[in-house]
Amino acid sequence: MTTGTRAVADELQEILLNHEKDRTQLLPILVDINKYFGHIDSNAIIEVSRYTGVPIGEIHGVITFYSFLGQKKRGRFVIRLCRTISCDIAGKDQIVRVLEKELGIHFGETTDDGVFSLEYTNCIGMCDNPPAMLINDKVYGGLTPERVVDILDSFKLSEYQDMFGYGGVE
Amino acid sequence: MSEMIPVQIDDITCEVEKGTTILQACKCAGLRVPTLCHHPDLEVAGICRICVVEVEGMSGLQAACAFPIRQPIKVRTNSPRVRRARRVNLDLILSEHYGDCYTCTRNGTCELQDLAREYGVDRYRYPSTTAPKFRIDRSTAIVRDQNKCISCKRCIRTCIDLQQVSALETANRGHDVLIQTAFNKPISEVVCINCGQCINRCPTGALRSNMPNELIWQAIDDPEKHVIIQTAPSPRAAIGEEFGYEPGTSVTKKLNAALRRVGFDSIFDTNFAADLTIMEEGTELLTRLKKALVDGDSSVKVPMFTSCSPGWVKYIEHYYPEYLDHLSTCKSPQQMFGAILKTYYAKKIGVNPDKMVVVALMPCVAKKFECNRPEMTDSGGKDVDFGLTTREMAVLIKESGIHLKDLPDEDFDHPLGLGSGAGLIFGATGGVMEAAIRSVYEIVTGRPVPFKGLDVTPIRGMEGIRDAALTIENPLPEYQWLDGITLKVAVAHGTANAKLLMERLKEGTLDYHFIEVMACPGGCLGGGGQPIPTSPEIRAARARAIYAEDHELVLRKSHENPEINQLYAEFLGEPLGHLSHKLLHTHYTPRGRFFLEGI
Repeated sequence: MTTGTRAVADELQEILLNHEKDRTQLLPILVDINKYFGHIDSNAIIEVSRYTGVPIGEIHGVITFYSFLGQKKRGRFVIRLCRTISCDIAGKDQIVRVLEKELGIHFGETTDDGVFSLEYTNCIGMCDNPPAMLINDKVYGGLTPERVVDILDSFKLSEYQDMFGYGGVE
Repeated sequence: MSEMIPVQIDDITCEVEKGTTILQACKCAGLRVPTLCHHPDLEVAGICRICVVEVEGMSGLQAACAFPIRQPIKVRTNSPRVRRARRVNLDLILSEHYGDCYTCTRNGTCELQDLAREYGVDRYRYPSTTAPKFRIDRSTAIVRDQNKCISCKRCIRTCIDLQQVSALETANRGHDVLIQTAFNKPISEVVCINCGQCINRCPTGALRSNMPNELIWQAIDDPEKHVIIQTAPSPRAAIGEEFGYEPGTSVTKKLNAALRRVGFDSIFDTNFAADLTIMEEGTELLTRLKKALVDGDSSVKVPMFTSCSPGWVKYIEHYYPEYLDHLSTCKSPQQMFGAILKTYYAKKIGVNPDKMVVVALMPCVAKKFECNRPEMTDSGGKDVDFGLTTREMAVLIKESGIHLKDLPDEDFDHPLGLGSGAGLIFGATGGVMEAAIRSVYEIVTGRPVPFKGLDVTPIRGMEGIRDAALTIENPLPEYQWLDGITLKVAVAHGTANAKLLMERLKEGTLDYHFIEVMACPGGCLGGGGQPIPTSPEIRAARARAIYAEDHELVLRKSHENPEINQLYAEFLGEPLGHLSHKLLHTHYTPRGRFFLEGI
């Protein structure tokens, strides 16, 4: 999917119109586009530039600065495992192995069906309940290999997928 | 008068204005604090941490450049802790820098090299970068070598804040930071105006101009080739800096002698072509004004913008393509000269234009792009073969074993080597406008401009945007239609200031008739090809040199240049005539602000 097609372009314009035409709105706009489409492609960058007047280079710079914004298409559910020290010593590596085995992909990759992406994140403030991960906006702490399998299973159910309304179009 | 605050720096006590940075205070106290990411033209960044100092009562070391003094403080600039920290920071920067000094164009003018020497670096304490990691990115004008980049972001601050072009950006975060173009495209494919200001501010050799020196040597060494050099007004006021002269020393005549010894066959003055530009552009202005003011022809666009600065031309092509009709159709002096040399002059001296090589000594990096524009071939081939910057010419001269200081004074060749003072001041911001006013006013009224000593002072200086108004009274009979009309003109330098004017034009609140824009701060004398370093003081010194030289000349108005009049009589006919139109005027390309495939 690219934001260049007409239907998608309309959706993109709708997101833009929710914000003022001002460079201070750059980050909120990018967050919304990222949330809606799962990523921000070059066509979207150009549209944002047209709308806010911020040059494409600067927008590209902002996107590469924030790891939660991305130019590459991600899955509908982005799993971000914390790799900072508390989670690391609480058994992060074990969780890594389970996630990779269950989904059949490595960190930094997306499943072929476009449902799951695996990424690392730095501290998400869950040091009291490690190891922890995020699935989209939802936080999961105190992970064990068994729990991870249960969580993934619950996400694989289609009705649960619908509950997370936003996300990419397959 | 703002509040004064006592500070103690090492053993010196002084008072500084509130808000002064420690770095500025140190300068006042006569102490030198090393810097790397700091530049007098740019916003404070505090990135490199080379300027760290100890401030009593604060636990960490502070970056002197980014610490505004708000209360009495005690600073130590030379404690063991400071020295150690600076050395560690320097070692870390060096470990990331591919320091291939022999083959670097900045060998000898590199600020990192200077610091390494200053801090007695005799080995790499951290693993050094022994092989280049990045491919070198080359356009006709600019070369980027990221292997030498130390991420000080001076180029970014130049491109985004100072020039507001935004060809360069910071990608990624933390250790992974890279200075990139949008989407990491080649520099030739992004919205870059080739002004080269980033090159002037790069502390290392990560940015440089595309040097044509080898090709120029080949042409000079080829006995069949007639190699012509035309020299712009700004390099002569600056090239001395490369040979140990103080900034602001004009070396026009010594430079001529040097060029002859380097081996150029003819040495001409671009000021001559600047005078030609004034004839064409002045006539174009009067024609436009008549059509717009008297005939009510709405297809004629006023205000008219100057088109001498190739950086500005590309800027408007990218950012305001819908206003290209406002741009004068005149080629820049460099290109006009090329077209005249390969037609009129080639015929006059009986040389085949194909055997003629025209080199232009320019303060400018964008001139390299300009002479390679496909539309600049009206003489049959490339009107100008090479644009050579002041820095590159200094290399050519040094390579010839010439000591500029020991040379005698020599003149330009003729008949195309006579330039007026009006042509000369093209080098400073406001100069084109002043030259135009000197001629246009006199052509219209028959009297010299009503300014003491022909100095149109309201449009001189270094303020970002300056303007002036001149009421035409008692014009000559053919210009009766201008009687009582107040001509309003404006001058802007640096594309950030040009942008302010363009936004006003968009709003419809711009009521000028004629606007001069130079892409570089200070005009050509602050061009991207000028000697490094450059600073507000150095630019002011170069401007003084140019204006002083103008005062010494007898010929100070373009339309009184006898060689120009001879050119019109023998060859061109009249300004805006058929031949002028063919050789001296051009058209522009709307480019848009996004350079991406399929857009």
